[in-house]
Amino acid sequence: MIPIAFDYVRPTTIPEAVAALVASGEDGKILAGGQSLMPVLRLRMAAPSVVIDCSEIADLQGVRDDGNSIVIGAGTTHHDVMNSPIVKEHSPLLAMATATVADPAIRHRGTLGGALAHADPAGDLPAVALALDGVLSVTGPNGSRDIAAADFFTDYFTTSMAEDEILVSVTLPKLGAGWGYHYEKFQRTAQGWAIVGVAAAVHRSNGNITAARIGLTNMAPSPVRASSVETALSGADATVKAVGDAAASAADGTRATSDLHAAADYREHLARVITKRAVLTAGGI
Amino acid sequence: MQVSMNINGEPITADIEARKLLVHFIREDAGLRGTHWGCDTSNCGTCTVWVDGEAVKSCTVLAAQADGHEVRTVEGLEGADGLDPVQQGFIECHGLQCGFCTPGMLMTARWFLDRNPSPTKDEIREAISGQICRCTGYKNIVDAIHWAAEHPRTNEVTA
Repeated sequence: MIPIAFDYVRPTTIPEAVAALVASGEDGKILAGGQSLMPVLRLRMAAPSVVIDCSEIADLQGVRDDGNSIVIGAGTTHHDVMNSPIVKEHSPLLAMATATVADPAIRHRGTLGGALAHADPAGDLPAVALALDGVLSVTGPNGSRDIAAADFFTDYFTTSMAEDEILVSVTLPKLGAGWGYHYEKFQRTAQGWAIVGVAAAVHRSNGNITAARIGLTNMAPSPVRASSVETALSGADATVKAVGDAAASAADGTRATSDLHAAADYREHLARVITKRAVLTAGGI
Repeated sequence: MQVSMNINGEPITADIEARKLLVHFIREDAGLRGTHWGCDTSNCGTCTVWVDGEAVKSCTVLAAQADGHEVRTVEGLEGADGLDPVQQGFIECHGLQCGFCTPGMLMTARWFLDRNPSPTKDEIREAISGQICRCTGYKNIVDAIHWAAEHPRTNEVTA
């Protein structure tokens, strides 16, 4: 379909983008890479009066090493994130999960910040940001603020950003020595959305699992941490049995929905099975 | 709004509505009908073109976003000395049946081979994972792209 008519502006600085968003009232929509927004516009699920294209704002681009963490500009494309030497070295879980997003052509335009701000419950990257304790930096007419990933995703396609704020960057603590990682995605077709996804980072020392961080995709309106699994794995033996026992609680506290692709109880089953797989792979067990 | 871009080396300027998709601009304003408009849901990939040398789905990009940029379509694949090897490969290996998906397959294949000149067949399958052939003729398409990898082009096409 053809989108409903709108005005189009292409600011080149963050303050210009914020000013355009404020000027639009509540009817403006930020276009980062457009790979989620364009389908929404074509289906007429959204009818903004103005589309604010932020894809040519240089300050939203790129990845930098910031000591104990890495900082990724919100407008950095999936293609650039997954091929960034800094991301691959210090946040390989993000690189791995990003490589599973859609297909190569979509990854050339789609952006990390766009995917997080869109907050699709089936999107892969929110669970990664949550599992890695990411921090999202946003800016608006009243200044800038940092929001922990745990406080950012609030509901279906909904975040804690105000209507007049835009996402500027994502900070991820580096995964240091001893950490393994894996993103396990269960999907029906090659470029399909995750029916369930599991982002796992596992730290091992002397044959034990010392810490685990696990984010679940599409098990609730927003990404969720598998907290009970993380607790059970802390100090557990690095064995198939211990991981399997811990993963049995992966669906606890989730709110999986039933849809065309899967019933809720099947999603809960998948969460347990692929959490086990993800942790075993991440832990090299 | 007025947009200007370069398509296959030719400048074009037109007054369009901001909501116009790049695929419609290419077909209607530039008059280049090689790029197909398929699923309109970002899934099938037959509308794939290059913007600044990167393969994109032109049904999921506004023409306004391409303002000031370089676009290359399937009409721009053929070089001075004849067909691009991916085009020849589709002939040699019977890489199309109805042909509807072919422009997107060709543009994706050329983009891919420029970055991975000696791919495995699994890498080819991954590269075209965003392209759907409803005749399901994937085996011959993979063979055709593999044929093209074994017959590198001699002339350079740059977007």
